[in-house]
Amino acid sequence: MTDTPATRAAQATPVGVARKIKGLSDRAIAWIFVGPTIFLLLAINIFPLIWTINLSFTNFRANRPNREVDYVGLRNYERILTDSDIWLNMQATAHFLFWTIFFQVLIGFTLAYLINKKFKGNDLWTTIIVLPMMLSPAVVGNFWKFLYQPQIGLFNYVVAFLSGKDPSSFEMLGSVQLAPWSIVIVDTWMWTPFVMLICLAGLRSIPDYIYEAAEVDRASKLRQFFTITIPMVLPFLMLAVLFRGIENFKMFDLVVQLTGGGPGSTTELTSINLKREAFEKWRTGYASAYAIILFVTVFGLASIYVKALNKVKER
Amino acid sequence: MKHLKLASASALSIAAASFASTAQAEDLTLCWAAWDPANALVELSKEFESQSGHTMSFEFIPWPNFADRMLNELNSGGKLCDLLIGDSQWIGGGAENGHYVKLNDFFEAESISMSDFADATVYAYSTWPKGTPNYYALPAMGDANGWFYRKDWFGREDIQAAYKEATGEDLREPQSQKEMLQIAQFFQGREIDGQTVYGAAIFTERGSEGITMGVTSALYPWGFKYENTPGSYDMDGAVNSPEAVEALEFYKEFYETATPPGYTNSYMGESLDAFKSGQVAMAMNWFAFFPGLYADPNTGGDKIDFFVNPPQNNAGSTLGGQGISVVAYSDKQDAALEYIKWFANPDVQAKWWELGGYSAHNSVLNDPGFKDSAPFAGDFLEAMGSVQDFWQEPAYAELLLAMQKRLHDYIVADQGTAQEALDKLVEDWTEVFEDEGKL
Repeated sequence: MTDTPATRAAQATPVGVARKIKGLSDRAIAWIFVGPTIFLLLAINIFPLIWTINLSFTNFRANRPNREVDYVGLRNYERILTDSDIWLNMQATAHFLFWTIFFQVLIGFTLAYLINKKFKGNDLWTTIIVLPMMLSPAVVGNFWKFLYQPQIGLFNYVVAFLSGKDPSSFEMLGSVQLAPWSIVIVDTWMWTPFVMLICLAGLRSIPDYIYEAAEVDRASKLRQFFTITIPMVLPFLMLAVLFRGIENFKMFDLVVQLTGGGPGSTTELTSINLKREAFEKWRTGYASAYAIILFVTVFGLASIYVKALNKVKER
Repeated sequence: MKHLKLASASALSIAAASFASTAQAEDLTLCWAAWDPANALVELSKEFESQSGHTMSFEFIPWPNFADRMLNELNSGGKLCDLLIGDSQWIGGGAENGHYVKLNDFFEAESISMSDFADATVYAYSTWPKGTPNYYALPAMGDANGWFYRKDWFGREDIQAAYKEATGEDLREPQSQKEMLQIAQFFQGREIDGQTVYGAAIFTERGSEGITMGVTSALYPWGFKYENTPGSYDMDGAVNSPEAVEALEFYKEFYETATPPGYTNSYMGESLDAFKSGQVAMAMNWFAFFPGLYADPNTGGDKIDFFVNPPQNNAGSTLGGQGISVVAYSDKQDAALEYIKWFANPDVQAKWWELGGYSAHNSVLNDPGFKDSAPFAGDFLEAMGSVQDFWQEPAYAELLLAMQKRLHDYIVADQGTAQEALDKLVEDWTEVFEDEGKL
């Protein structure tokens, strides 16, 4: 018998086990190993998804288990897609998503670029910068709520100090104009370090010899930045955007703590609205349709994005 | 009130005899909101423990999460609570969804008469369908939305003179909604003892029920009705009537011109904080908090006084308060019913009032000494005579959330007009009742 990894594994198999699997095909053994995983996947992912799709065509309410459930066809979908209030929630979510990602990438990359330079206290600064992302969103929400307080809040005080305005003359959380920006600021404060860490990993993965070769070719620092640094960090950056995009699309806790979706419905993101429909109004069928629409949106956008990411990686 | 105290002390010991036959000692869990009266109930329930042999545990949930937490518990058939002091609006859902035990047979067997309790509280806290003799709760805690103010500021000669000069009128407890706004606007931004103070703390909270409870305190005095004909669900012309529009515009003006800065998401806690920290001249809140406010060492005592929600076109106060129900999923229903029986005892009710709970029992409310037993007792009686409640339908949560959204969008976010807000509310509510099969 030739000495291969397979024969060594066969020799190491206890006699009892070897007897039991004797006669089983490779495919059967593979199914034995994969089976439990597939079963779990079906039970906790696929079945609930199919069940949710089924519910989305009904008027089921989880708080009225004894009530007769009727199939309503596409009525839930039609109601959602023609509801102007829900489109306002979508707009609020898009605003939050775009600007948080924009600022996090911009500031995160800048910080990573600076931290990547070798200087004294580098590690200490890295630790300090990543602190916000280690906090609980509920704590951050409450903490910033105090900072934004018009009469005693530090944020208002600093802005007033710099602008000469009266601190209580503007309300970050109570103003329709400022509230959407107030949640962008807090999310950016909290999650920019995450983007920075991913960018830092990208920057540190660039071998020094590439820069050395560029130096030999007398490439300027600016040219090195645009032709070496940016292209080589881009896959990492895109990955960070994907993570933050998915996370912020389902943003709930931080915004609930800060504004509760208000003032009015100005910062009522889709996830907050969905929670209200599903677990406060108990319109389970309607909320299922809502969830499916959001799922398809995220899944579709993420698929397109991942394809683009793979193309960038291939370059 | 003195003889009530004596009677309660002696009768509590008599009541002990009625629990001699307890078969098995149980550990009962009573669920309620976390607030001042809950602490009084813990104190009161010690008597029950010593008399019955049962032990009591309490699950008190902060108000903003109370409805969410408890309704989820009921909807999932949870066994956390044996007894629940649930909000009045839950009675429809509690009864129709089978969460609450129907108490008629029990009341009859134990000779507990609903006529012993104030009519308004029985109607609001106990019956479903409304007004029918089908009881799912015993009135536990009467409550309404009222007002309190800085009596010391109102009494100062310099402030009185300034008010007279500004308005041509005497500074006094407001006799109408519009006078109240005028007073609040007078105090807004005024310097008192070197501190900038503001008019009044009102409810603007978005997440649970806050802004609805605040706005209905203006709507009801303007004559607001939910339906043109009771029980018909025909809301167009009632909910969005010219009077309702005027009341809503009034509340928005109040919010914009007479509340502290940043007062965009405020409910009970914020109202209490604003008053106790000396920020506001007046504040709205539930009567349940008034004993605690009166006892406050800084802003209570001589510095505070209370008044019922002022009338405008008519008298009207927003109903608060709750009934106590036995949860249908409890395995300890017999012991829970024992608690209800004990709680219905007039002497226990008298002690309940003494400790700071608002009894709805006629023997307490009709006692000649009741009005003078606390500085807010007379106002409480007056308020309970003109209370109005929100929908108590099984779909109340949907109805409430729709109103929260429309009101907050208009008042705080300044979107659209009062007429548009109420028209949209009619549309939302119509959709809910259509889904319910009631329209």
